[in-house]
Amino acid sequence: MEMTVQISIDGRAVTVAAGDNLLRACLSLGYDLPYFCWHPALGSVGACRQCAVKQIHGDGDRRSGRIVMACMTPVAEGMRIAIADPEARAFRAGVIEWLMTNHPHDCPVCPEGGECHLQDMTVMTGHVRRRYRFTKRTFRNQYLGPFLQHEMNRCIACYRCVRFYRDYAGGRDFDVFATHRDVYFGRHADGVLDSEFAGNLAEICPTGVFTDKPLETDYARKWDLRGAPSLCVHCGLGCNTTVNARAGRLRRVLNRYHPAVNGYFLCDRGRFGHGFTTSGQRLRAPLLRGRPVPPDQALARISDILAQGTAIGIGSPRASLEANFALRHLVGPANFHLGLPAAEARQMAAIRRITAGPVTIAPISEAERADAVLVLGEDLPNTAPRLALALRQAVREGSFVFAETLGIPRWHEAAVRTAAQPVRSPLIVATPAATRLDDVAARAARLAPDDIARLGFAIAHALDGGAPAVPGLPADLAALAEDAARALAEAHRPLVVTGTGCASSAVIEAAANITLALHRRGRPGARFHPVVPACNSQGLALMGGRSLDDALAALAAGTAETLIALETDLYRCAAAADVDTALAAARHVIVLDQVRTPTTDRADIILPAAAFAEADGTLVSNEGRAQRFVQAFVPAGAIRESWRWLRDAGIAAGRPDFAGWTGLDEVTAACAHHLPDMAAIVGAAPPASFRIAGARIAREPSRTSGRTALAAEISVHEAKPPDDPDTPLAFTMEGYYGPMPPALLPYAWAPGWNSVQAINKFQQEVGGDLLGGPPGCRLIEPRPDATASYGGGVPAAFAARAGQWLIVPMHEVFGSDELSRLAPAVAERVPAPYLALADGDAARLGLGEGDAVILELAGASLSLTARIGLGLPGGLAGLFPALPALPAWGIVAKGSALA
Amino acid sequence: MFSQLRTLWTVFLHLFHRRVTVQYPEQKPDLPPRYRGRIILSRDPDGEERCVACYLCAVACPVDCIALQKAERPDGRWYPAFFRINFSRCIFCGYCEEACPTDAIQLTPDFEMSEYLRPNLVYEKRDLLISGPGKYPGYNFYRIAGLAIAGKDKGEAAAEEPPVDVRGLLP
Repeated sequence: MEMTVQISIDGRAVTVAAGDNLLRACLSLGYDLPYFCWHPALGSVGACRQCAVKQIHGDGDRRSGRIVMACMTPVAEGMRIAIADPEARAFRAGVIEWLMTNHPHDCPVCPEGGECHLQDMTVMTGHVRRRYRFTKRTFRNQYLGPFLQHEMNRCIACYRCVRFYRDYAGGRDFDVFATHRDVYFGRHADGVLDSEFAGNLAEICPTGVFTDKPLETDYARKWDLRGAPSLCVHCGLGCNTTVNARAGRLRRVLNRYHPAVNGYFLCDRGRFGHGFTTSGQRLRAPLLRGRPVPPDQALARISDILAQGTAIGIGSPRASLEANFALRHLVGPANFHLGLPAAEARQMAAIRRITAGPVTIAPISEAERADAVLVLGEDLPNTAPRLALALRQAVREGSFVFAETLGIPRWHEAAVRTAAQPVRSPLIVATPAATRLDDVAARAARLAPDDIARLGFAIAHALDGGAPAVPGLPADLAALAEDAARALAEAHRPLVVTGTGCASSAVIEAAANITLALHRRGRPGARFHPVVPACNSQGLALMGGRSLDDALAALAAGTAETLIALETDLYRCAAAADVDTALAAARHVIVLDQVRTPTTDRADIILPAAAFAEADGTLVSNEGRAQRFVQAFVPAGAIRESWRWLRDAGIAAGRPDFAGWTGLDEVTAACAHHLPDMAAIVGAAPPASFRIAGARIAREPSRTSGRTALAAEISVHEAKPPDDPDTPLAFTMEGYYGPMPPALLPYAWAPGWNSVQAINKFQQEVGGDLLGGPPGCRLIEPRPDATASYGGGVPAAFAARAGQWLIVPMHEVFGSDELSRLAPAVAERVPAPYLALADGDAARLGLGEGDAVILELAGASLSLTARIGLGLPGGLAGLFPALPALPAWGIVAKGSALA
Repeated sequence: MFSQLRTLWTVFLHLFHRRVTVQYPEQKPDLPPRYRGRIILSRDPDGEERCVACYLCAVACPVDCIALQKAERPDGRWYPAFFRINFSRCIFCGYCEEACPTDAIQLTPDFEMSEYLRPNLVYEKRDLLISGPGKYPGYNFYRIAGLAIAGKDKGEAAAEEPPVDVRGLLP
């Protein structure tokens, strides 16, 4: 039971959580109190002086009070405060008036207008008329890269941006430069912001200094944007997003608060990767041997093909559970294959063995509170950026505990940072190459994948003698293992993070031993987090099926005539020669995808699949959370959800069981029925029949404009809005908006709160749980009675070979994901293909940073640029973009100057 | 009986009153400039489009008959890529003009807009944009707003100081 205290606000007695600050308490109770510098995730610094309230002394009347900053004042038993007090009101109005003295007269041409926290707060305080008649200070803007637009004149100097960028996200290339009133927030010179979390500045900034640049190329105001609750599809973390569309085009992706997953922040891959939906690579019509045909003709052809013989289905880790299940149902479980390379399927199986054991998978929110973290083999800022951001906060856990011993509460941001400067919780990172998390790591080791596994096994052995020992471990690694084991053993909430990033099952087995050893040592707070490559990798692994290599072998051997590939580029999953052989042997190749890929180029029939914002479905995240994403708009042309195409193909082929799949709920229910592990997915979101006050939930804000003019040049007769058989949301503004299950929240808005901070009104307490509970349901829960045993596959130490290099995959936050790299803004940030080499190896080869290098790998020759300084151990080389067959041995040579 | 006679008498007297019926269309009514008729988009004194595509007219419109799409010139100036008013829905309430922060959208005393076909009442930007400032001469939003555009750098808008030299801030 949480401690509470009684306070009185404006004469009303209320109960609030003890130890909280007044501002958060007031906002959680639903009072409208303006603020700028405070943010639920960033804490209080008391910089903007906007949240002034009057604290009344003892039993006196209001004249006996004094003005205090609510965000800096802890609640105390019996405290009496007045928000509506005239003096406090006048103070707040005065502060806003000062903040506005230099604000430019440009709301009409500001992309923040209509969802601006500064506008909201100005209206809230009642400041309506400018009295300041003197000149305004101005600044020049900076070019900050393809994601953010900078308009410095709009700044009110709340310091949120630097506090997020530097203190929270660990960025170094952005700061505040100031003397007297000339306070400038930016880089030292024009240039791209390095941090992969820079896009959050667009939401963090209470006004329009930092705005979403891709949105500005196809801009619409918030009141015109139709919203839908969606999920990020660009990595496995399952961050919740709000997708915004208008006039049949996806305009932007915003963060959607989820207390256990992404909280208030997204990475830039998730925020700006949506551009692939409008890219030139997009497929928009069914193609029969390259010729656009009507859907019925394509389906008729598919039904002919299905009648001819066996079809093999290849599912996809980036397609929804429903789409994968529809394919599995169409081709039969025996012919359903996972769109995972064989090695990745083995890694997923190893992860499955851990998650079936006694240790709980940590949601990101728990990872953020871990007090000792071990990262094995995973370059988190590139493979799971939002988790890396959480671990950056976990490192501060020790400082919060230390500050508490001094009586400083957690939210007292500046005081905690000052008091506990050197105190950090241990973060130990063992990866092949340097990561952007190393700056906060207590120890960062650069090791080959096999040595990472050996380190992991040694840590497990040091934690529990029953775990297999590692023979012949060098002294430095043994010492590191001892240190890591001690750090994990001393922690209350130790966390082990591993994943498929370095393409090694042994690393995952080692992590399994560590989690089990922690469990055996009696650490109920011990957690594990598996990082998987795609948004539904976990779902596909739960679904089960044979590997992609089996499918290719079956096609090559001629045991099946037809291949149906669902949202998979086979060339990213298997060696090109194997795919070529299989596709050549297949009589018919049917591909469903959203974008053109090398696989669609080889297909006889292509069906255009709906992208995440155009479809409904369920995805299973890293932590095994099944979450529903909801369609924002009906795409133009013949684009349909993959499961609808497969259902229609089933119906065309005369399969009666498909006829009952009228909406998504039927497919989800069938999936849950056939696959017992997934029984819970029907509860991921309310069904399509769900109504509030007898009405559907409106996707469009009630003030959406242009309804009778937007399509008037085509027809003045307004068309009937599309029906939605799949969700309880309506495509128009007609319907319910108000408190609702958070899995359905199409956008956040409350009277007087037009900015993203309106989410306050949908939370039980600000920054806490959502009203109605966290969306989604966890499919993987620990089994304490599981008879797990230690794995013994300790690999041999990595031995460098003369004249050869072990090529390991390198990941890039911008570029490794298949879809987001097609977004124009993201494409600008994708690095050129490179080979990362150990500094010593590069020197021996006579290579410098950026020199041309040739890699001979599996009979192919790749021309790349060399990258050095990433700390790789000798004999190892990192390849970006990664190939499916890695790790593998290759030969590296200096490229010619021309190449 | 008396009442009926009085009515007849009153009607009879009207024969000698001045006629108020205007013989439209032969005779045109004299409408004040504030009359709410056909909507136009005006230009600023420099001859540039006044509309900055802020969407306020569209959101103010009670019948949602205004639709536009913001676009941006290379110099940063906002303008509507298209601007469409469906006059077959317009109720000539004038809210759009009230909402407009740049005096771009204005209602004029012209009401003669009858058409045989409804699609002909859908006006695009080429039909709406006039060559002058309309009712409000003089106002130029970009001369006051802080946004820099071609020919008006930072610090050159009304009541602005020259831009701060950030290098000068360094200690």
